[in-house]
Amino acid sequence: MAELAIETHGLTKVYGDTRAVDGIDLSITRGGVHGFLGPNGAGKTTAIRMLATLIRADAGSATVLGYDIAKESDEVRSRVSLTGQFASVDEDLTGKENLRLLGKLYGYSGQGAIKRADQLLEAFGLTGAADRQVKKYSGGMRRRIDIAASIVVTPELLFLDEPTTGLDPRARNEVWDIIRAMVNYGTTVMLTTQYLDEADQLADRISVIDTGKIIAEGTSSELKASVGAASLQVRVMRRDDRDAARELLVRELGVEVTPTNDPQALTAAIDDRARVTRALTALEESGLQLAQFSLGQPSLDEVFLALTGHAAESADDEEVAA
Amino acid sequence: MSDKGMAEVATQTPPDAASPVSPDVRAPQAHAITDALANADKPKPPSALSTSMTFGWRALLKIKHVPEQLFDVTLFPIIMTLLFTYLFGGAIAGSVNSYIAFIAPGVLVQSVLFITMYTGTTLRTDIDKGVFDRFRSLPIWRPSPLVGMLLGDAVRFIVAAIVTSLVCLAIGWRPDGGFVGVALGTALLLVFAFSLGWIWTFLSLILRTPGSIMGVASFVLMPLLFGSNIFVDPSTMPGWLQAWVDVNPVSDLVTAVRAFMNDTPVGSELVTTLIWSAGLVAVFGSLTMWKYRDPR
Repeated sequence: MAELAIETHGLTKVYGDTRAVDGIDLSITRGGVHGFLGPNGAGKTTAIRMLATLIRADAGSATVLGYDIAKESDEVRSRVSLTGQFASVDEDLTGKENLRLLGKLYGYSGQGAIKRADQLLEAFGLTGAADRQVKKYSGGMRRRIDIAASIVVTPELLFLDEPTTGLDPRARNEVWDIIRAMVNYGTTVMLTTQYLDEADQLADRISVIDTGKIIAEGTSSELKASVGAASLQVRVMRRDDRDAARELLVRELGVEVTPTNDPQALTAAIDDRARVTRALTALEESGLQLAQFSLGQPSLDEVFLALTGHAAESADDEEVAA
Repeated sequence: MSDKGMAEVATQTPPDAASPVSPDVRAPQAHAITDALANADKPKPPSALSTSMTFGWRALLKIKHVPEQLFDVTLFPIIMTLLFTYLFGGAIAGSVNSYIAFIAPGVLVQSVLFITMYTGTTLRTDIDKGVFDRFRSLPIWRPSPLVGMLLGDAVRFIVAAIVTSLVCLAIGWRPDGGFVGVALGTALLLVFAFSLGWIWTFLSLILRTPGSIMGVASFVLMPLLFGSNIFVDPSTMPGWLQAWVDVNPVSDLVTAVRAFMNDTPVGSELVTTLIWSAGLVAVFGSLTMWKYRDPR
């Protein structure tokens, strides 16, 4: 059994002038959740589609569970499963019919497929909606049937493409519980997400992708450490004071201080905690009143900002306020 | 947002807020999911025939849930048959009664071939909704979703053929070939329709919207259906048009179908039609499968 779940070398996909995936090298071990984090259009889905043998790579190579995606795509397909906006179920059919359909396609007998469908519907809490058309499902139910459809036959590797996009918090927690249950069983999960807290919550290791390239890789804490030991959050009492406070902090801390969307707030990555005390004193002496001042571990949001120069989730330009 | 914060938000949400219509829908059970993963059999891979038939079953389920999709195969043939029989009947053959033996097999061919193009739009919708990628990710004989789809469409074609035949019978058609002749003619028509379907599957993989597929498909079908011997004997046509009608595979098909239904000797057109069918599957089937591996 191959030790690596996924290994890629210079994997590339080009659409016209756009290098959707631009030579990525991945080496993902079996077990646990690997997060693939990036904003919309970063190339996450394209990369997954290549790995699941849905589209061909234009350059580079990859093996999934030890099988070459180009030469042994049948072997790959019989071991992986995928769930995402691009691999859903048939909305016109009922939840049960969808699962029966997939069961039969995997080789279950008619009765076997019905039994398996009932078992999965029960496990995913969908028994009451079994005979309802999927297009009448709520967002959370829809995502559950999508995932159930992916484990009609237990996969060794599951690709989950943005499984919680558009879900309310409760449904999101349910999907997270499902993912954790699958990982406990031993399934390897490759999760793409544009939500930093989702990667933080679930992923053992994270690859950060932006404009088709992997720009950072590591555990959540490693990524956080790479942008400094701590994150300083400052909120001034009056908006007009922000620029003055920023100048002062840059001088005292010797690091870059970034204004945030909040017109009164500033944030900075700190290497040397000792200087923070001095900066605080300096702020007080200069008469700049503070509403809030806190020191904590940097969020993945800040990691993303530091790595890419733009925010992960917000479409607004952060530089405008500067 | 911290984990704790998320949990608090979650408990504040009323238990059935996300699914007010379904109090019977419960939260997923982690241990049951683990059980389901552990208890899955890994059945033997099914045969190509079996997966194709399963996809055919899916097409039937869709008809069950969306019966509106049978409108085109029922209303369209009725309108076509009545329109063309009464529009041309008097002018071409003197009366509807003498024209019906000529036009009925032709209108049958026209009705069925015309609705084949919906195969393309159905496939495009599947691709857009992401269902198709799920099928493509399965370890099954790769053409089976398409073959199954065309098999399911055969059911729609049969409905169209039956409706057209009944309308023709109602307005005076008495085929000399009897039931067997009509059935044989229809069978040949279905073979050709299945083969023609591969053009539309290919189109739906290279064009991006159902609308554009309809547009291109109509453009292809117009000369095939109207530049043929469906409505009139080509002997009165100018030479260039006769040349086209002669090479048009639909003319061969119509001639063969007519021979079966009117109980006249079936000529070389039967073989020509079968060769055309095989050729269409070979060319457009291959093109479709080539594009199917790497669509868009």
